Amino acid sequence: MSSDFLPSCSLDMLHQRAELLRRLRRFFDSHGFVEVETPTLSRDSVIDEHLDPLRVTLFQDAREPDQGEPFYLQTSPEFGMKRLLVAGATAIYQITRAYRGGEAGPLHNPEFTMLEWYRVGDDYEDGRRLLSNLASAAIGCDDAEQITFREAFQRHAQVDPFTADVPQLGAALQANGKEVAANEQDRAVLLDRLLTECVEPKLGQERPTILYDYPANQSALAQVRPADDQGNPAVAERFELYIRGVELANGYHELLDPAVLIERNRQNNARRAGAGKYQLPEQSRLVAAMQHGLPACSGCALGVDRLLLIAANATSIQQVLAFPIERA
Amino acid sequence: MATYKTSDFKKGIKVQIDGEPYLMAEMNFRKPGKGNALYECKLKNLIRGTTLQRVFKGGDTLEAADVEEVEVQYLYRQGDTWVFMHAESFEQYELDKDKVDDAWKYLKDGMACQMMLFNEKPVSLTPPAHVELKVEYCDPGARGDTATNVTKPVKLETGAEIAAPLFINIGNVLRIDTRTGEYIERVSN
Repeated sequence: MSSDFLPSCSLDMLHQRAELLRRLRRFFDSHGFVEVETPTLSRDSVIDEHLDPLRVTLFQDAREPDQGEPFYLQTSPEFGMKRLLVAGATAIYQITRAYRGGEAGPLHNPEFTMLEWYRVGDDYEDGRRLLSNLASAAIGCDDAEQITFREAFQRHAQVDPFTADVPQLGAALQANGKEVAANEQDRAVLLDRLLTECVEPKLGQERPTILYDYPANQSALAQVRPADDQGNPAVAERFELYIRGVELANGYHELLDPAVLIERNRQNNARRAGAGKYQLPEQSRLVAAMQHGLPACSGCALGVDRLLLIAANATSIQQVLAFPIERA
Repeated sequence: MATYKTSDFKKGIKVQIDGEPYLMAEMNFRKPGKGNALYECKLKNLIRGTTLQRVFKGGDTLEAADVEEVEVQYLYRQGDTWVFMHAESFEQYELDKDKVDDAWKYLKDGMACQMMLFNEKPVSLTPPAHVELKVEYCDPGARGDTATNVTKPVKLETGAEIAAPLFINIGNVLRIDTRTGEYIERVSN
């Protein structure tokens, strides 16, 4: 008889998960945050070239389950939480489920638990500090070291991610012992490969590492700081936390300008169309909320399952989930 | 020709790269949070046995390899060509020395072997894991020497040479592991 009705993690892991969730809540409660809930199913969605929300048809008639308004399972609770900030909330956090189509592997499950928080008045530096403090409080690690995206690539892949061209990025991969197809021309793919294959495995080994100042075209919903006269390129005010080579959290000094959001939505949809992917709605209630006025803030999202993986010294996300997608 | 999309990639599929068949021995999905989906694959060349590490991005495709394992009977050798017959269709296949590789050392008339066909042409051969072969020549056995790890070269009926214990004599039948080329035991005197 097949035993895949059983959980893939131990019962002890369920206790560890419960304890981690208690610590996370304790941290935010003691810092004056309010726990909130927003819908996981929405007409709106983050529009990102590489994030593919699962689509759900909100049917009215069960005899025609494919007829109805398209809804999306959230890829993060970002939209709902920002709408709460516009409405006057000042410090909020949420522990919820997020869903991403096409993502399954040792560090990915299509359904996962996300912790997300926002605090009005926090700037870029405040956002990174809060993330570092949270990680220490949650799993008892040291404060995070902070390193720019550029420094990390120069140190661990011997290449400048802002100035290198396609042949130079390919050569950097090869110099690090990786195969590169002769016809590989996509700069973004080469940068992602350098990040996942050469840089990430080195991050957060001694103590947690926060990577920040991403290339401007990877801004997602972060503010972009323009290039200066000292020769520094434009960068996205975006930061990510790594512990033992695992990407755990992604934060922004949040974009406030609705016109820029609309333009990024349009560009991302165009890139999605170019890749043969479905389109997502460019007008959303987040756009409307930002037109009303999103207060200056910093926000961050953290993968709870991955944090548990690190805390429990596990190697794959399946070891910390009761029922990963194969058993769902 | 059928193709595999990255979403079909998984351990065990057989694909074709630069005109050669590969087995996907490992597949790892990796993705930076907001970046491209990457599929890190370890591919084993089914002809040469070498491995290739390659990373594909979401939307890439690979051609499926038309690979088939068939049971054949060894018929005879003709110079540097070995001739086999399909066990059911009786179709004959010829395999050159470079593709027979070390397997020739163990081939006896009528022996059942596994042959791999790629695009309906033979590309490799796997003899049975254990074969029994007669010793055609060796130096006389050293009487009284029972040390088990001392060996001497013996020549088998197929012409191959292997290392066997000192007590082996001409005419003995030996069981041999074809995967390692090692002597296992003496089957008869």
